[in-house]
Parts: sequence; C-alpha cells; structure tokens
Amino acid sequence: MNKFKLRLYITGKTPKSERAIANLKEICENELDGLYELSIIDVLESPQLAEDEKILATPTLIKDLPPPLKRIIGDLSDSDKVLLGLDLLPAMDNTKKGDKR
Amino acid sequence: MNEIEVGIGIEKIETGIEGFDMISEGGLPKGRTTLIAGTSGSAKTVFAVQFLSEGIIKKDEPGVFVTFEEPPGDIRKNVISLGWDVAKWEQEGKWAFVDASPVVGEDHIIAGEYDLGALLARIEYAVQKIGARRISMDSLGSIFGRFTEPGLVRNELFKIAAAVKQMGVTAIITAERTHEYGDIARFGIEEFVADNVIILRNVLESEKRRRTMEILKFRGTSHQKGEYPFTVIKNVGIVAIPLSGIELKQRSSTVRISSGNIDIDKMCGGGFFRDSIILVSGATGCGKTMLSAEFAADATKNGERALLLAFEESREQLFRNANGWGIDFEKMENDGILKVVCRYPEAEGLEDHLILIKSIIRDFKPHRVIVDSLSALERVSTVKGFREFVIALTSFIKHQEVAGLFTSTTGELMGGTSVTEAHISTITDTIILLRYVEMFGEMRRGITVLKMRGSMHDKDIREFNIDGKGMHIGKAFSNVTGILSGHPVFSAPEEVDRVKDLFK
Repeated sequence: MNKFKLRLYITGKTPKSERAIANLKEICENELDGLYELSIIDVLESPQLAEDEKILATPTLIKDLPPPLKRIIGDLSDSDKVLLGLDLLPAMDNTKKGDKR
Repeated sequence: MNEIEVGIGIEKIETGIEGFDMISEGGLPKGRTTLIAGTSGSAKTVFAVQFLSEGIIKKDEPGVFVTFEEPPGDIRKNVISLGWDVAKWEQEGKWAFVDASPVVGEDHIIAGEYDLGALLARIEYAVQKIGARRISMDSLGSIFGRFTEPGLVRNELFKIAAAVKQMGVTAIITAERTHEYGDIARFGIEEFVADNVIILRNVLESEKRRRTMEILKFRGTSHQKGEYPFTVIKNVGIVAIPLSGIELKQRSSTVRISSGNIDIDKMCGGGFFRDSIILVSGATGCGKTMLSAEFAADATKNGERALLLAFEESREQLFRNANGWGIDFEKMENDGILKVVCRYPEAEGLEDHLILIKSIIRDFKPHRVIVDSLSALERVSTVKGFREFVIALTSFIKHQEVAGLFTSTTGELMGGTSVTEAHISTITDTIILLRYVEMFGEMRRGITVLKMRGSMHDKDIREFNIDGKGMHIGKAFSNVTGILSGHPVFSAPEEVDRVKDLFK
C-alpha cells in the first residue's frame, strides 16, 4: 500500500476542528494501517500557508499523496465521503455512490 | 430622522475617483462597507481596483484586494492599460491579494460541517501585514456557486463583513445583478451590507451603451441622487460626470471681447462678454462656420489662444474654407495660438468626448473655445445624454472663465429650432440666429441677436452677405415679417411707414 501524505487545515481550536482531527485520526488508524503522514495546520497561526494553498473553508483536508490531489471540506463526520475522497472505497461502492448522485 | 443625522457622525473618505467624490459628497462612508452592484460588464471590478489604486496613488493608503472570480494574474494584466501597476505596489507592500478565485480543475468533496474561517483569517492577515486602510472584495456572487449551501455561505459572508467593520477599514463589496432595473443583487447579498449601496449600470438605449452610476443609499449621510453618466478611459479609469454637483457660481465679467466682426459687435452693444457662452444657430450653409472662424481669428490677433473643436468638417476642408475668408489657420497653429481638433462625432461616446475636450482645455488653456457644431454631437447620443453633455460642457467652460461659442444647425432651412437650442438656450448668454429669407425668388440671409444677457443689443433682423473678406451686415429687413417662423410675409413700404407713424 502507498503511503498517504495528508494535510489538515483548521481555523483555531474550535469544536469543529477537534471533531475533524478526531474523525481523521480514526479513519487513518482503521483504514491506512498507520501508513500515513499527517500535518495539522492552524490557519490562525500560519495564514500565509492558507494563502499559498488558497484555503477558503475549514476544516479542509488535502491529500497530496498518492495522486491525484484531493480536497475534502468539512469536519469529516461523513466517513463514506472521506473514504471516497481518499480513493479508499472499493470500486463497487464507488459506482453505487455515483448512481446515487 | 435624516435631518439629525445628516452632516454629523459619519466621516467620508475620498475615493479619488474623478467625479464620484462629488456625487457622493465627499467619498465613501469611512470604516463602512459599501455594496457595488451591477450587471456583468458594468465596470464593477474596475471600480473595486480603482478604489485601492487611487488610495495608494493619492493618499498612500495600502489596500487589500480579495478576488473571488478572476485570478490575481489576470487582474494585474487587465488593469495595466488603466495605468495601475499592481505588481509594483505588491512589491512595495502597498497592495495585497487574497486569492479566493476558483482553482481550475480542482474539485472538492464536502464531508461534514465547515465554515469560511480560513478566508476571514487570510483577510485579517493581509490587512495586518500591509496596514491596509481599504479593502475591495470582487465579486461575491461567484462564491455561492462553489458551495452547496447558500444559507451557510451568506452567514459566513455576514461574519466577514462584520469582522471587516471591526478592523476599521473602508470596504467595497461587488455583487452581480441579473437585470439593470430589478433586485439589487443576487443571493440576497445586500442584506448584510445594507448601509451603503451603489449601482452601476450599462444600459443599451437606442443602440448605444450608456454607463451610469447611482448611489442608492448611504445610511446616515448625504449624497447626490439619481443616475450619473460615467465612462472608463485609458490610463485614468472611471470618470463620473456629476451634473447636479455643478454650481452656478461663476463670476461674471464686464470686459467685452470682439466677435471678429465689427458689425456683429455693434449689434451686440459692443462685443461679447469675456466669459460668456454664445450660441449661433442657423440652417446649413448660412455662415456659422465662418462666424466661428472669425471669432477664433480675432482671439489670435490679440495674442490670445483659441481652441476650435470641429465635428462636421475635416482639417483640410476647414483650413481651405478659412483661407477663402482670408484667415490663415495653418500659420496660427504653427504660432501656437490656435488649436484645431477635428473628430468624428461617432468616434466615441459623448462622455468620452466631454472628457477629451476637458483635458484639451486644461492643457492648452485657451481664451476662447469654439464648438462647430454642437448639434453634430446630438446624433451620437440619446436626448438625455446629450442634454447632460451640454450642461456639463457649458458649466466647465464657464468655470474656466473663457468664452465659448457653439454653433447649432437647425433642421429646417427657413426657421425652426434644434434640440440643441432647446437644451442650452437658458445656459447661454448670447444667442445669434442666422436665417435664410426667401424674397422675390431669391435666398437672402438674415441675422439677429435674439438675446444678449446684461447688455443692450440691436433688435433688428438684418441682411448679411458673405464674400472673400468675411461677413458684411447690411440694413434691417424692414418690410418683412415672419422671418423667424420661416414664413416671411411682405408688407408694402407705405404700410410700414403708416405703422411707424402710428406710434410717433
């Protein structure tokens, strides 16, 4: 399995931020077998990084690796959507999601 | 309620946008947010960029530009032609972009609750970084298309607007409209910046585009009401043309200047006043251009400068004709005492003509300005637009304290008036009518001074001839009535004498 490189942008230590961090960690532990590198960036502390990455909404999760680059917005409570964004859903489920939309 | 608030409490900052500060009676309300709404192509972005640019150029106030639509690279490129070097200001730390434009080819998935806290943090960071006094946000509509919940986005934008207010900077938010005359803006954006609303319009009227701006409301402070024409010109940007801002405060001079024709001077009681507006009205070919040429030539005789704006004839035609009357325009131009500007009325809109004329007058500083003919400009505009143009031009000329001579072509050969006269007759100080008079199978020409403000003048309708030396005014048409209405009626000489005797 490829190693995942993830960045999570949050704005301050709000409940929403905490939820996003907790949800993400859970998904990573369960699905990625620890094969991931996660950095958490607080926009209030490093606004220039948010500017460079053109972050509008927080929390925003960016998957740098493996390609393709993906952006997932929200507190990551919808774990199906997160898995979809991380390209971790089996092909079957993927088509189902597609049908629903 | 208004009376108590007007004039106190709310300070304004000058935007530096020409004409706008007059319409807004001093600029935008300081430390507040103003919504600029307009349809696509109504120059919203130019307004937003110019607000920051003028702040940097004229007041050394740094500004933050939040772009939701065009990437910063495009904006830098697009405004270069307006004379604004954004990249340079960025290096100098006077301009900062917050780039919220969509990333091409990059989609996002929404998985749970979110807010636009990052955007706010970035705006706050940019404002602090350069010590911004002004913010422009352009244009809000596009952000709604990128998130699925308009309610949430509106809420977040409300938070941003409130935060901007807290920062004490003066802000502009632009928003799209779908119709020129309808809702203020899409997505109910106006609700959270309801304090101040300006509407930019780009209306198609009689196949002509006409840009106008209107201040819909400035909460708690005064402004001029109604739509004002504006234009966007190279190296300057938006220039608004305030009409009601024009005050009747020009001084009046009692110094007389010659019209260039001794006979006309006599008819006017000794010449025109130095800072008056003279309207010469007549049918085609009855001597208006000649009168203008003599008026211009007379200025140069006294070492004064004259500006001749010709909208009907080309330079070559004009110079040749002047030669025919014994006037050498070419020499005068070479001596730098005359400037002849020939333009097609159709070359640009009236607003642009006005701005061009103003800038020529400012640069050349003439003592006399001649427009031949004003009525040629009538056809490139709507009636309303033309009226505004004439008022703006005459008031500008009066403020410069120069003499202005306008010619106006009447539609009918014999009598009648033109739209030009209807609009400007009250502004003019002197009106001279040139008319054809049909007499015994012959076309003669008549001249009369209809009005001469502040002076006695000849009330006769006199006959005149034009030859190689110019215009020669003869005797009055004493036995004809109805010349001005275009239906001359002849009375027998005995009848004229009899009527005269009656009043002796």
